[in-house]
Amino acid sequence: MINLIKVGMADANVCKPPDVITTLGLGSCVGIVLYDPSVKIAGLVHIMLPDSTKILNNSNKYKFADTGIDMLIEEMSRLGASKRKLVAKIAGGAQMFAFNNNLEMMRIGDRNVEATKEKLKKLGIPILAEDTGENYGRTIEFDPETGLMTVKSFGRDLKIL
Amino acid sequence: MSDLDLSKINNMQYDVLREIGNIGAGNATTALSQMINAKVSMNVPKVELLEFKEISNVVGGEERIVVGILFTLGGDIEGMMMFMMDKAASMHLVNILLGKIEYSESDEQSEFSEMGLSALNEIGNIISGAYLSSLSTLTNLTITSSIPYMAIDMAGAILSVPAIEFGKIGDKALLIETEFGDKDNYVNGYFILIPTPDSYKAILKSLGL
Repeated sequence: MINLIKVGMADANVCKPPDVITTLGLGSCVGIVLYDPSVKIAGLVHIMLPDSTKILNNSNKYKFADTGIDMLIEEMSRLGASKRKLVAKIAGGAQMFAFNNNLEMMRIGDRNVEATKEKLKKLGIPILAEDTGENYGRTIEFDPETGLMTVKSFGRDLKIL
Repeated sequence: MSDLDLSKINNMQYDVLREIGNIGAGNATTALSQMINAKVSMNVPKVELLEFKEISNVVGGEERIVVGILFTLGGDIEGMMMFMMDKAASMHLVNILLGKIEYSESDEQSEFSEMGLSALNEIGNIISGAYLSSLSTLTNLTITSSIPYMAIDMAGAILSVPAIEFGKIGDKALLIETEFGDKDNYVNGYFILIPTPDSYKAILKSLGL
């Protein structure tokens, strides 16, 4: 029996074959899949904001790119993944509304993607694939058996990364 | 940064926010009724403080296709406000407004025409204008609003925009659900008001709380 493990907003989970892991309707948030191909362990975190140090109410670590990735790695390590072998695939960070002003609040998708990349770079985790930016929502599904991530969007072709 | 934490608002403040939602949605319904020239009734709105994980469930799942109309706010209250309804419901409203069956409401792939989109923007404008003017009257604060920004996409993706703003001040979002419609059809609409933390304080203060 294959389980579809669902990850909500500001949430994370881990997954091993034959199960697959998914997060639905990513908008300006970013979905970060970490994967250790040697043991086929995958983890997915759905972050909403770039930086936990800029926000006072930061009790939910999964809400932020910096702390969310750290927490996910910890959980994957407990399951037997090796931090050195991790690779990443990321999606999301869209700008859902076409604002004609350049308010900081409106660039949140870009900033989430930038913060994610910066954090992964700092940890030495290579990004193998990404589908980020633009102005549409995405549902992602990762299969730890194949290491492939499917990206589904409304009115667009399915992408396999 | 702010010390405001939404999960810590007390019952009285919560009741006030609910009442604002109630009155705002009531006025919005009246405005809609005049616009389509038909009686539109409304159920008592549900106001809920929800965990991020739960928001999309309320509106029928993350992947449900919805129309989101967003306004940025200025004046005494800064922040944003969003009105959201599912795509089929919005097509129904546009059909009524244009006085003809422009769209098949059951067809997921059916797309809005230029005319339909502009009608939809107008619906958003009127509903939100009525909502904001009641908030303004109630609080005696000046609130200005931007032009409407519209997006048609998965509910999760649309909701991520207000959810992120709420994310800056806590782990929950305030959602006001209203059900309105004519005698044949009820449509669900959702209002999400996202004042900045300082503006939240301004609203509560202006009401003497």
